[in-house]
Amino acid sequence: MNSFTVLASAASSSPDAPWSWNLAADLHDMLSYPFMVNAFRAGSIVAVVAGIVGWFMVLRKQAFAGHTLAVSAFPGATGATLIGINPMFGYFSFSLAAALAIAAAARPRRGGGFNEESAVVGVVQAFALACGFLFVSLYNGFSTSINAPLFGSSFAITNTQVITLGGVGLATLLVLTAIGRPLLFSSVDADVAIARGVPGRGLNVVFLLVLGAAAAEASQIAGALLVFSMLVMPAATAQRLTSKPALSMALTVVFGLLATWGGIALAYYQLYPLGFCISSFSFGGYLLANLATATRLRQRRPMVSAKPVGAVA
Amino acid sequence: MMAHETVLATGFLAEPFMRHALLAGTATALAAGLAGYFLVLRSQVFSSDALGHVAYTGALGALAFGFDPRLGLIIATVATGAAMAGLGTRGRPDDVAIGSAFAWILGLGSFFLTLYTTRHSGGDSTANVSYLFGSIFGISASQAQLVAVIAAGSCIAILAMARPLLFASLDEAVAAARGVPVRLLGMGFLAIVGVVCAEAAQTVGALLLLGLIAAPAGAAHRLTDRPFVALALSAAIAVAAVWAGLLFSYYLPTIPPSFSIMSAATLAYLASLAAPRVADHALASWAGARKGAHIDAGLAD
Repeated sequence: MNSFTVLASAASSSPDAPWSWNLAADLHDMLSYPFMVNAFRAGSIVAVVAGIVGWFMVLRKQAFAGHTLAVSAFPGATGATLIGINPMFGYFSFSLAAALAIAAAARPRRGGGFNEESAVVGVVQAFALACGFLFVSLYNGFSTSINAPLFGSSFAITNTQVITLGGVGLATLLVLTAIGRPLLFSSVDADVAIARGVPGRGLNVVFLLVLGAAAAEASQIAGALLVFSMLVMPAATAQRLTSKPALSMALTVVFGLLATWGGIALAYYQLYPLGFCISSFSFGGYLLANLATATRLRQRRPMVSAKPVGAVA
Repeated sequence: MMAHETVLATGFLAEPFMRHALLAGTATALAAGLAGYFLVLRSQVFSSDALGHVAYTGALGALAFGFDPRLGLIIATVATGAAMAGLGTRGRPDDVAIGSAFAWILGLGSFFLTLYTTRHSGGDSTANVSYLFGSIFGISASQAQLVAVIAAGSCIAILAMARPLLFASLDEAVAAARGVPVRLLGMGFLAIVGVVCAEAAQTVGALLLLGLIAAPAGAAHRLTDRPFVALALSAAIAVAAVWAGLLFSYYLPTIPPSFSIMSAATLAYLASLAAPRVADHALASWAGARKGAHIDAGLAD
């Protein structure tokens, strides 16, 4: 029995009682299973860490790099299974190695022209996924195994995993707190920050490593291909609604937690993959935020145009 | 040496699956190399990443509802490509919007996979693997011919729009001022990239086509500053990577061809890092200084 089949069989366990709309009873039913308790614990840790790290990722416009670090967890998981070590090591080592590879490339120059970083990120991503595919092919447990690490199943999370996720998550947030202020500065205006003596390149390396750790964490819940939804969507939704840093970061965490809890509950009551459930909630929130912003702008427009043009200047 | 090579050549060319793979692979690589050059130049590699994932969902959606998956592939990618360009400013979409949309679209793909495996008792859950990671050794003669024809069409379309697209990519504002339809070009280009991605999804797979787009183009951009030399170089490196990968996996069947192709492309990119700009002089003399001057003049007017 390998960890792939464990994941796959645990994911397909069906509930005893159907959804009843009696929220207290439903919650009680779900939490009567230890695997569901662990799913909620791990999901909450990951939602907070991925949300906050993702907030900086969206601000720094490094969505492509974040996606690449997220999918690097796939070769990590499959490679670890192939050589028979704890997949946790695989997740973190591959994501952090990919972070260093991307950090080695230059940050994009302002304005147009050849963007080295995007080419490097693309190469790293394709090569990482190809490695994952190689590991799966070499390991002959091919049949159902490939879908669990790709699309997620958090219903096989152990107590040790929850503790590790919590420890790594805490370390990630501590590093982020330490570099938060200069990172925010250099994310908002890189040129001015460098002129003021903020080490932009060093910060970028540290941030990519933090992003790699967060992506490796999240991929154990949502699956390597759908982690990105936990990283990008809550932050994109919050930054769409407000431009105040502290408020939008708090909103990011709230949205991330809601989508993750909703996703876990939804995945418990039917057979669709957990990653799909979480990303559906997040994407729904993102669309609503866009709709709300669009309506707000439309309502404001007549007031703006009612003013005489010269009065503004 | 020559005799040895001919023996090798007749060895693998005797296999029909290898001939189909070479035909489909070469055609895809040419198109991916040409499209990749502009994608890297325009910092739109992320868009092709998104299109690859959309291709997967398109194929799985078509499977789940009982259509030809190739139809699903191409409709999904072309529509998404045009839509992404249409929503973005000046035909270049915003990364966060792309990211949010395609993360969910990929989730939708996994939903279709579950739908497919539960609805069709015969549908096994590995049906998606060939779309995720390609099945170039499993391509039939008619599939290979169709891939080749569509890829050739995409190549011609890219070459036809190459000059204005280059202008619009290098200096958007000036190009727009000179009357180049920047937005329309951006949409048309991403629609063609959608076609290329749909073809590449069948050969190297939806998740790996990014490598065939980013690595050869990245290497070409590092090796030379001359636009049309780099464009040709990008296509050449992509084709070479596909040939090397196919041959490697032919002689070492435990290694999947998609992995070999990606490794060859990655190696080509790493080699270009080791040889920064030294090739520029060699390439310049090869292409001819007069031609280079001609290109510069052509860009200016």
